[in-house]
This record gives sequence, C-alpha cells and structure tokens, in this order.
Amino acid sequence: MYRFIRTLAFLAAVCTLVAAGAEAGTMDDVKKKGFVRCGVSQGVPGFSNPDAQGNWTGIDVDICRGVAVALFNDPTKVKYLPLSAKERFTALQSGEVDVLSRNTTWTLVRDTALGLNFTGVTYYDGQGFMVTKKLNVKSAKQLNGASVCVSIGTTTELNLADYFRANNMSYKPVTFEKADEVIAAYDAGRCDVFTTDRSGLAAQRLKLKNPDGHVVLPEIISKEPLGPVVRHGDDQWFDLVKWVLYAMLEAEEYGVNSENVDQMKATSKDPVVKRILGVEGDMGKNLGVDNAWAHNIIKKIGNYGEIYERNVGPRTPLKLERGMNALWNKGGLQYPMPIR
Amino acid sequence: MPEPAPPGKPPAWQDPRVRALVFQALAIAAALGVVAFIFTNTMANLRRQGIASGFDFFGTTAGFGVSMSLIEYAEHHTYFRAFLVGLLNTMLVSAIGIVLATFLGFTLGIMRLSRNWLVAKLAAAYVEIVRNLPLLLQIFVWYFGILRQLPGPRQSVSVLDAVFLNNRGLFSPEPVLKPGFTAIPIAVAVALVAVFALARWARQRREQTGQHFHTFYVSLAILVGVPFAAAAATGFPLRWQYPELQGFNFVGGMELIPELVALVLALSTYTAAFIGEIVRAGILGVSRGQLEAAQAVGLTRGQTLRLVIVPQALRIIVPPLTSQYLNLTKNSSLAAAIAYPDLVLIFAGTVLMQTGQAIEVILVTMAVYLTFSLLISLFMNWYNRRIALVER
Ligand SMILES: N[C@@H](CCC(=O)N[C@@H](CS)C(=O)NCC(=O)O)C(=O)O
Repeated sequence: MYRFIRTLAFLAAVCTLVAAGAEAGTMDDVKKKGFVRCGVSQGVPGFSNPDAQGNWTGIDVDICRGVAVALFNDPTKVKYLPLSAKERFTALQSGEVDVLSRNTTWTLVRDTALGLNFTGVTYYDGQGFMVTKKLNVKSAKQLNGASVCVSIGTTTELNLADYFRANNMSYKPVTFEKADEVIAAYDAGRCDVFTTDRSGLAAQRLKLKNPDGHVVLPEIISKEPLGPVVRHGDDQWFDLVKWVLYAMLEAEEYGVNSENVDQMKATSKDPVVKRILGVEGDMGKNLGVDNAWAHNIIKKIGNYGEIYERNVGPRTPLKLERGMNALWNKGGLQYPMPIR
Repeated sequence: MPEPAPPGKPPAWQDPRVRALVFQALAIAAALGVVAFIFTNTMANLRRQGIASGFDFFGTTAGFGVSMSLIEYAEHHTYFRAFLVGLLNTMLVSAIGIVLATFLGFTLGIMRLSRNWLVAKLAAAYVEIVRNLPLLLQIFVWYFGILRQLPGPRQSVSVLDAVFLNNRGLFSPEPVLKPGFTAIPIAVAVALVAVFALARWARQRREQTGQHFHTFYVSLAILVGVPFAAAAATGFPLRWQYPELQGFNFVGGMELIPELVALVLALSTYTAAFIGEIVRAGILGVSRGQLEAAQAVGLTRGQTLRLVIVPQALRIIVPPLTSQYLNLTKNSSLAAAIAYPDLVLIFAGTVLMQTGQAIEVILVTMAVYLTFSLLISLFMNWYNRRIALVER
C-alpha cells in the first residue's frame, strides 16, 4: 500500500511539476534561490557518498560543488537529494533537482525519449561482474545458470541480459531498487554474482562483510560513460554544467591546480592559462557567470586530476587506476573542449 | 411599479430542481475542465521537454530478464509481454494469499471463540500482535530475517533427496506428463459432475423424505476414487523430475523463489489476523436464539456450526471480507521491496525506467489495480447476494 501511495505521489509530482513547466531559466532560478539542487546517489563511495559528518563527497559531488562555485564562489551552496537509480530521472524531469550527477550512463534513449541532456563524461566506465573467491570462477563465460543481483532501472540490468543472451547462457536476475539491498542480497548469498559498473563494484565492495573474499572478473561487458545530466530545453544551464567539467579538465591539461592557481594567475604568460583563469577574455561572462569562475573552481575544488586522486584514485580505498580517464595526451579519453 | 409575479409557477431560477441540475452540470463541467487542462498542459510540457509519450513502447523489445514467470518470457519479447508477466505474478501472489489468509483467518476466528482458554488466548495473542505490526516490517522479517538465513545451494536442507530448501528457494520434483495423461483431467471432470448430481439428488431426497445422506464422504470418495482409477488404468502416466544440483544451483523440478514465499507468508498471515476478527464478529453476530433453537432440535455442535451458525454468519462476514481481499491484492505491491517480480517491480519499475514513460506506465498500473478491485468487489457482491437470499 505504501508503495502504491508513493507511486501516486510520484505521478502527482510529475503532473504538477510538468504542468508548472519548469523550463528555461534554470540559471536565473538557481541564482535567485542561492543554491544548486543536485541529485546524487544514495551512497556510492568515491562518487557520491556522505561522510561521517554527513557532508557529501565524491567525483560526482565535486561537479555540483563546481557549479555552485561558478555561480556563487561557494562550494557549500548545494542541496543534495539522494536518489535511487529508479527515481533519478523523474526527479530531474519534474524539476526536483537542477542537475543529476550520479553515476548515470549516457545512452541514446535517455538523451532523447527521456528529455535529458548529458553534459559530458565525468568517468569512463564499463560493466563488470563480482563473485566470491570461494566459487573459483575465473571468467564471466563460466556464469551459466547463475543468480545475479542487480539494481532495477539501470543500464546494468539490460547489459546483463544482452551479455547472457549473446553468449547463450541463462541466468536469474534478482532486482532491487536500492543499491544497499542489492549488496546485502549478494553478501547474504542470495545471488552468485553482483554486477554493476566497474567503478561501482570497487565502491560497493567496501560495504561487503569481507571485501577481500571477492574477485572482479576480467570481462568488461559494456561501455558506461557516466556523466552529469540536465533537462532538455535549457541551453544556458546545459552550457554551464558542461563547461564546469571542461574547466576542471582543461586546468589539469595546462598544469593549473589548487595550489598554484593564484601564482599562475599572477605570473603565467600562457594565453590559454590567462583565458582559463579569467585574466583575459570574457569566458565567464559568456556562460553567464563571473570571469573568475574557473579560477574559483580550481582553487576551491581542484583540477580533474586532483579530484580523481582524492576520491577514487590508487591511494583511496577504491584504488582505481586512471586508465581511460587519463587525459587524451596521456593515453586516455578525457579531452576537454578548448576554452576560448 | 414592479409587475407582480404570476401566481403558480415560480421562475425557473427559483425552482430547486432546475437549480440542482444546473449546479450539477456546472460541477461536472468544472471537473472535466480541470482534467482537460491537466491533460493538455501535461502533453504540451512533455512535448516541450522532448519527453516521449504514447503507448507505442508496448510493442518494442523489452531486453531485460525476470526471475520468475508463469508464461514463456525471454529478453527478446516485448514490453507488453513483460507487463503480462508482472500482471500474472501479481495475480498469483494475490490468489495464493487470499486462499491461505481465508483458511487461516477462519481458523483463528473460530479458535478465538473456543471454550478452551489456551486456544482462545493463543488466537487472541496472534491477532493482536500480527495486526498491529506494519506489514512491510513483517515482509522484511520473513524475507531477511527467516528465508535469508537459509544455507546456500550446496548446504541445502533436503527432504528425502527430493525436496530442497536453500536461500535460493524451495525446489521440488516436477510432474512430467506422459502420453495417456488426458484421461485424468477427464476423470476429474466426470467426478465433479457426478458429485454435483449427487448433491442435488441428496438435497431433493432430504426435502421430500427428511432422510439424511452422507454427501460429504461419498463425494470425497468419488473425487479421489475416479481419478485414481483412471490413473491406474492408464498406468500412472506421470513421471517426476527431481531437482538436481548443477553448477550454481538446482535445475529441473519446480522452484519457488524465496521472494514469493516470503510475500505470500507475510500477506496471508497478516490479512488472516483481520479476517479472524471479522469471522469472530460474524459468528457472535448470529443471535443466541438460533444456537439454542439448533440445540433444541438436537443438532450436534458440528452441525449447529455448519448448518445454522456459519450460513448466517457469512452474511455478516462477506462484506468486510471483501475489503480484506482488496487490501491483500493492493498490499501485494509491496513485493517490489523484496525483489518479487510483480507488476510494480517489472512494469512500474524496470519498464518505467527503461522507457522513461512514467505517466503512461503509472496510469496503466493504477488501472490494473482498480480493475482487480472492481472485479473482486463484483464477485463478492454477487456471492453476497446469493447467500443473502438464503434468508427465509
Ligand atoms: N550506470 C548505470 C548504473 C548506475 C547505478 O545506479 N548503479 C547502482 C549499482 S548498485 C548504484 O550505484 N546505485 C547507487 C544508489 O542507488 O545509491 C546506469 O546509469 O544505469
């Protein structure tokens, strides 16, 4: 019954908010409100996760903080709304959040039929499988007949089906709405396999009773470009969120970080750096924010490399190598568009 | 000087009937207007945001798997078929839940009226405890507290090496039909017809001659005997396929997933507590004079209950019982909390997410629950009318 009521409330929210027409002028809205409403996960360490004091941390969170800094020069001007995979798009469509930054894969259907726009890729990822070491499974090809724990309403659920279908294997999906339930079910042995984005495996693994008792299988069965999402039809807001990520990447590419940013601003002769830091040009003004926007982001939050190392890099519990997320000139895929 | 109003007929706006009609028409128009406004506005906004709308998605490939289905379903089937899978799974838990809740509920109701102190108090304690704990909590207790604690497939609890219980579910031998099996359903049908005819005959005889006939025992014998004879004659055309541990889990045989078991147990034990109270109230509602009269004509306690009390109590019981059945059906939507693939999980969950068509999906889901409710009410109203006629 409770779920039924929630469903009703959900519909009411969709109807009223859609009827109110939340379009265009998100930036004006946000400026008037004085804070950014940011949709995050219900807890994926390294990506979006509340720490012991209840402060949200993670790569995905840093994007929202970056937007807040660009607008208000204050990374605390964000209100977070934890969303399950199932709730996230409705929350964005209905205007409950201004931006969704929560390990969300960029797909065609989401980009079109759901009325959303992906602003870029914060983390290039792919789907993987995790099993207990006890099973002694070495490859995903050995998973025929397995029970698989998976989050409902994810690309994961679909890729899983595709993979087993393509390899002529059978499986039993056990689907929950909340990630914590998925992990708990896997940990309790309800499933043989836990599957999600590889980054998610590394993050959720930390929640297992015995993280070392499990292995991630070598196969990567999909492409999961994870990025921030905004609504269709508001180009100004779309642009701002998009360029916040590019600024972080561009800063790394040109060697600007949170420690040297002030000094670079004062002394750098490089015209690119001058433009990034707002010494020359009207980059911020074109986005509808202060020209010091990128300077402030780098100073208060850091460049992409710093954000990566701090949240998910090899020295964090997640221990994720830079891999595909290295800059394009370091063998990776991260390629910021030029700030000019 | 104003004209005096013509005597007799007052002007239309003073006629209360006309006024009532006008007001009702206005109210309906306003309601329709609001609906039309919401509808057009929603459609316009969906279009502006570029969100897909309409029901075409039903025909496209679903692409996701489900853990349990009563009809054949695979990833290449359509969203519509996935919808049917969810619908049938919802109907399945509701149906099993209703049957079990009714049995348990009637038992509890009768136990509470027992003259045995312990029995009565046990039933009372059950009702008070179960009725007052939130259902979702009880589902979690069954699912996480009890079924989750079962051992893994390799350490399954086994009964005679035929039935296995583990944290993946309950596995039991599956009947596999061999040629010649059709004789058995035919025999069952024949037996049913015979039993009906017998019951009719026995009633007529009793009404004419007053002689009692043991319809119940004879019917039972027919119902068991005839199909058994048919099975024996065709050489028991049935084979049992036993579940076997293969790879990760048991294969072959029938499987009951723990999500289904937990949900059915929680729904039926919870609803039974309410039904128990309804039954008790129904029985107490039959006037004492009826009981005394039955005893005076020498009916036994069992006969009194069966022939005098229950038929009259049913008239009091059925209407509130209907709403318990409705509640159980709607409560079955809590399934999604424990991964039972019902309508809410599959359709209002995965399908909604993968298509993004929240409004359409939720509307269809609500329409389904509404239809269930209306059908159950219709049936129970019909049944109620039927037993109400028994009154003389
Ligand atoms: N990237 C995938 C999957 C993302 C996802 O939500 N994965 C689950 C895996 S358990 C998760 O991280 N949930 C976290 C949460 O709900 O808090 C998608 O966009 O569909």
